[in-house]
Amino acid sequence: MTYDADALAQLESDAAEIIARYPVKRSALLPLLHLVQSVDGYVSPDGIAFCARQVELTSAEVSAVATFYTQYKRRPNGEYQVGVCTNTLCAIMGGDEIWRQVSEHCGVGHDETTADGKITLERLECNAACDYAPVMMVNWEFFDNMTPDRALRVVDDILEGRDVKPTRGPAKVASFKEVSRVLAGFEDGRADEDQGIGEPTVVGLTIAREQGWEASK
Amino acid sequence: MTDLTPVLSATWDAEQSWKLGTYENAGGYGALKKALGLAPADIVQAVKDSGLRGRGGAGFPTGMKWGFLPPDDGKPRYLVVNADESEPGTCKDIPTMLSAPHVLVEGVAITSYAIGCNHAFIYVRGEVVHVYRRLLQAVREAYEAGHLGKDIHGSGYDLDVTVHAGAGAYICGEETALLDSLEGRRGQPRLKPPFPAVEGLYARPTVVNNVESISSVPAIIDKGVEWFTSMGTERSKGMGLFSLSGHIERPGQYEAPLGITLRELIDMAGGMRGGKQLKFWTPGGSSTPLFTDEHLDTPLDYESVGAAGSMLGTRALQIFDETTCVVRAVSRWTEFYKHESCGKCTPCREGTFWLDQILERLEHGHGTEADIQQLLDTCDSILGRSFCALGDGATSSITSSVTLFREEYEQHVTEGRCPFDRAESALFDYETSEATEEAHA
Ligand SMILES: Cc1cc2nc3c(=O)[nH]c(=O)nc-3n(C[C@H](O)[C@H](O)[C@H](O)COP(=O)(O)O)c2cc1C
Ligand code: SF4
Ligand code: FES
Repeated sequence: MTYDADALAQLESDAAEIIARYPVKRSALLPLLHLVQSVDGYVSPDGIAFCARQVELTSAEVSAVATFYTQYKRRPNGEYQVGVCTNTLCAIMGGDEIWRQVSEHCGVGHDETTADGKITLERLECNAACDYAPVMMVNWEFFDNMTPDRALRVVDDILEGRDVKPTRGPAKVASFKEVSRVLAGFEDGRADEDQGIGEPTVVGLTIAREQGWEASK
Repeated sequence: MTDLTPVLSATWDAEQSWKLGTYENAGGYGALKKALGLAPADIVQAVKDSGLRGRGGAGFPTGMKWGFLPPDDGKPRYLVVNADESEPGTCKDIPTMLSAPHVLVEGVAITSYAIGCNHAFIYVRGEVVHVYRRLLQAVREAYEAGHLGKDIHGSGYDLDVTVHAGAGAYICGEETALLDSLEGRRGQPRLKPPFPAVEGLYARPTVVNNVESISSVPAIIDKGVEWFTSMGTERSKGMGLFSLSGHIERPGQYEAPLGITLRELIDMAGGMRGGKQLKFWTPGGSSTPLFTDEHLDTPLDYESVGAAGSMLGTRALQIFDETTCVVRAVSRWTEFYKHESCGKCTPCREGTFWLDQILERLEHGHGTEADIQQLLDTCDSILGRSFCALGDGATSSITSSVTLFREEYEQHVTEGRCPFDRAESALFDYETSEATEEAHA
């Protein structure tokens, strides 16, 4: 085990908190894997061994689970996971072209990381934001209604070390490690940050208000 | 003309709509207090009487599902909310949880009380971190206000709620795969029976319901069964979120009574983009057979959509105009199913692999006439022979598109290329280049 004493103590106390949320220990495995990603930036061999000890499984059993899920990374991940949705709806609305330009611009393909370790690119499946197509996700925050120019600006901002701001989400995108900690179930105090409601979300409500329609009382 | 009926979406434009205070000011958690004064069996009966059917795709009557739980044996039983929302085109639960997470939390509390559950879980897909933040906060706020936790509002009833993030796998939306995943395993479907109602989470009686189903419960308790059944059609009661995406002027969420038509919805949405012609659409996500302009007046309820040869599914209306190549659309969905097939059963694992190869060839003009038949034959050996509904769903867009647009498949073969210009379908201008066409291949 290569975690130093402090890191290990923190991990162990976080793990205990996660395990306490479930009636059966093993249920904590997915959040524990998010937790080790928040420390190591990927599911490292040490991380697997750590999870295995926490839930009393073998490392092989934990690996078998980790490799099933696409969000668990087997190699050190970029600081920003940049995903372009290329499922049918987004692809057709322009996602394929956005992907082509972003990939060319970064010089890496699907599931590859830029040499400076900033960006890992991914072709995404539908991210449940089709009404905002074409969609891009950066560390699992929404970048809606993308164009190639807007997407490239986001990518350049990341590559040049500037903060980036989603269209629905917090004031800025947190790092891959920080976001992984949230996914392990630890609040980061940013739930109230907001970019204002997106038009597609309230389009029906807006029309109903204009028409004076409501569900009968 | 059908009016829209915002119920779940009614507060989404309020200032800080996701906060407990906003929700309570609009009457939120009143239904919970009312429910705690009722006998659990009466709540189950009310939901049965409301005719509410599952909003997660299959449309199974919600109250009846709750009624399948065996009698209380004093040991735990669970509610698990399916917030995995990953069916391509489906985008209703995410805005619900982002804008009004408390309607779900209140629904969870009422449902748990009704079915005798003291620990409920919300399994949310991992790829939506701000949604997860809002849910974590909403649950914490609800504990602090005494809507969750010990002895809720002095009723003697206790409930804990755990919000759990998945990690990227469409199959975890299938209810038994979801349960395996929640138990810390690979997300692969289980053999049914036993159904989750009998042996679900930790082999205990479990109700699995979609976010929108559970979120509909507070309004039913608050406003009553008659109010709910006044909306909708004969056997498809109530309101639902219709998610319009694609080539229309104003895509987004339209909450309407079941039975509204696509013609009405497109009208409200400002028509087709640039006045172009509708070519094909999905009534309920990528796993439901395609419709065309012939189905513009089909009432969007379970029975009518089924009678017309498709499924209401998740009301994910993905709308494509005449600039869209149907072979490209279907090919991309098929790639998705291949990628997401969990590998447990052979027809789906091998079948989606071959379907993807054949469609890839056809899309790029390298296919043959025999390939089209091969597609249909392969679909035949998947449909009804797969272990879960993912395999069946993979065939829907293929068989329906070959039936509806066979000439277009043939045109790809005879011309040796795709006859469409991809740039025309996009929302922004760009030059189509060789690179664009091959970037995917
Ligand atoms: C491959 C597959 C994916 C599914 N994905 C979801 C999903 O993301 N959300 C959901 O609620 N139901 C999904 N379902 C349906 C569930 O299995 C289940 O029927 C549903 O959660 C029951 O809830 P309901 O009765 O409230 O609709 C999926 C089914 C299959 C076969
Ligand atoms: S049909 Fe596909 S997803 Fe379902 S069990 Fe078989 S291989 Fe897995
Ligand atoms: S297809 Fe891209 S978000 Fe749904």
